[in-house]
Amino acid sequence: MNPIIRKLILFVATLWAAVTVNFFIPRLMPGTPGDAALAKLAGNGPINPAQRQAIDATLGVPHGSLVSQYWTYLDNSAHGRFGISYTYFPQTVSSLILHALPWTLVLVGTVTVIAFVVGTLLGVLAAWRRGRAVDTVATVGGTFTSGFPYFWTALLLLFVFAFKLNWFPIKGGYAADVSPNLSLAFVRDAAFHSVLPALTILISGLGGWLLGMRNNMINTLGEDYVTFAEANGLRGRTVALRYAARNALLPNLTAFGMALGLVVGGSLLTEVVFAYPGVGYLLYNAVVNEDFPLMQALFLVITVSVLVANFAVDLLYGLLDPRAR
Amino acid sequence: MSAPQVGLGLGGPAVTGGPAAAPEYGPAALSRLPRPLQVGWRAILTIWANGKARIGIVILAILILAALSAPLIAPYSPTASNFGQSLPPSGAHWLGTTGSGQDVLSRLIFGARVSLFVAFAAGVLSTIIAITVGVFAGYLRGFAEETIGFVVNLFLVIPALPLMIVLATYVPSRGVDVIVLVVVITGWAWGARVLRAQTSTLRNRDFVAAAEFSGERPGRVVFREILPNMTSLVAASFLGAATAAVLGEAGLEFLGLGNPSTISWGTMLFWAQNSNALLTGQWLQILAPGLCIALLATSLSLVNFGIDALSNPRLREGGSR
Repeated sequence: MNPIIRKLILFVATLWAAVTVNFFIPRLMPGTPGDAALAKLAGNGPINPAQRQAIDATLGVPHGSLVSQYWTYLDNSAHGRFGISYTYFPQTVSSLILHALPWTLVLVGTVTVIAFVVGTLLGVLAAWRRGRAVDTVATVGGTFTSGFPYFWTALLLLFVFAFKLNWFPIKGGYAADVSPNLSLAFVRDAAFHSVLPALTILISGLGGWLLGMRNNMINTLGEDYVTFAEANGLRGRTVALRYAARNALLPNLTAFGMALGLVVGGSLLTEVVFAYPGVGYLLYNAVVNEDFPLMQALFLVITVSVLVANFAVDLLYGLLDPRAR
Repeated sequence: MSAPQVGLGLGGPAVTGGPAAAPEYGPAALSRLPRPLQVGWRAILTIWANGKARIGIVILAILILAALSAPLIAPYSPTASNFGQSLPPSGAHWLGTTGSGQDVLSRLIFGARVSLFVAFAAGVLSTIIAITVGVFAGYLRGFAEETIGFVVNLFLVIPALPLMIVLATYVPSRGVDVIVLVVVITGWAWGARVLRAQTSTLRNRDFVAAAEFSGERPGRVVFREILPNMTSLVAASFLGAATAAVLGEAGLEFLGLGNPSTISWGTMLFWAQNSNALLTGQWLQILAPGLCIALLATSLSLVNFGIDALSNPRLREGGSR
């Protein structure tokens, strides 16, 4: 079978399975989340039949057979009809997600790329200078910082740079007295607010890339073609970057693809500490308010993004590494 | 250590180096030990020879000792709240007291028990699932292999933290056992994937074919012939799952998805944040538990460096390539 068609079939099957898991989670859980959701929503005023139908389909209030519930759920999910949030009544779940997405995509997306590039370069350096001081500092330091819980890094940065030194704002994605727009002043304000969250994600996330790249690189440096390149008298930098690093990078690309997919889910623990208006903070608010429709929809959106990113990297991998075709 | 352990099956066919090589690594008495114990002892020496792993073992040992002897070394009861509220560090309270008048140091020492328990329980359970699923998926062929592989990949791509949070939110009672369960559900797949890949390469080796031709049942081939050759990968997947469990537990508890009356590092951070400890200048209440979590996670990862060196000689210090 053509490998691309095989991958496509596998992707569609995984997508279907993930969407189905999302359908069954609330139905397998103790209690009836659907009833709780309806009761909370009713507190905001009368529920119209369309809203009720959407909640029933997502959360599994027993009415109709399981098969018909499942079809309604698939239909609603495909069209982005996730019902109404009762934490942010009367906004729809879809509009809430659409408003949170840009914040998360810009912040977490940018930092993920920076962390990957910087971490990978440090990993190359550590492996190339293996056993020297640079390597020990980078490896032990990277191991230590990747053990930092995200929220803990966030709290410490908050305490030092926002609370003690007063250099950066304490919370939020923009100043409280303005509404989001695309003026230069607003963008500058938003960038200013994102410095500490970005630093948090960078500190806690850098180590993983560094360690992964170092291990791949050490293995690649043991290959014959690297020894051959060295024996040919090529400059050290050429051997490290053009010969070894290019090949050592390949296994890390899969992880990078997953990380890019995860961007959509935001950095929940970081966003919570800074009350940053992204997808992670929205999911947290859905969780603490037991806003099940919002929570299920967010989980679905996050999972599907990871799957799509994974699929894209999988296809790309075949182009970059002929051995994997 | 006693002789009957011979039957545990650590000495698989591919473990090289006979008893003759043993004395140069350790005491002379080593060569009199049963072979599996010699193999285990050499493994420990290889891990210990790695400087980073040695630091990890020392940190881990200190944390385990503190957890085991918590009632002896903690200055006060972790639940006593009859001290002044939000006291700064002093001779009586080295790390100060919490907003509800509890001794921070005592809570920190007792908190080690929960974090270590979650790390080991979740690590062991994840590894058992990873071994069972991974080794069978790698050993079986055809439709069964494809199906198990598909399920493993599905669990790998579903994002762990959101799944943990969603699962924990639905469960009404949120004790430590629920946290372990949630962490295991989201954490076993990495180990399964690694073990599956290794099994499918070992499956084609001659000693496996020999075992099959001599009429051994699949279960025996898998557990007695293939598995002993992956001891280091099993250990690595245990440490990986344990590290993820420590951070996962801390995250869930910080978000308030644990039982807030549990005495653990995660709930300490939850209470510190909820009583605005940073704004009232009680920064030690944030720093101390977080640092302990980071140290525990780091020590587990550092030990993993030594284990990597076991399975991959290129990663050994001093570069034996």
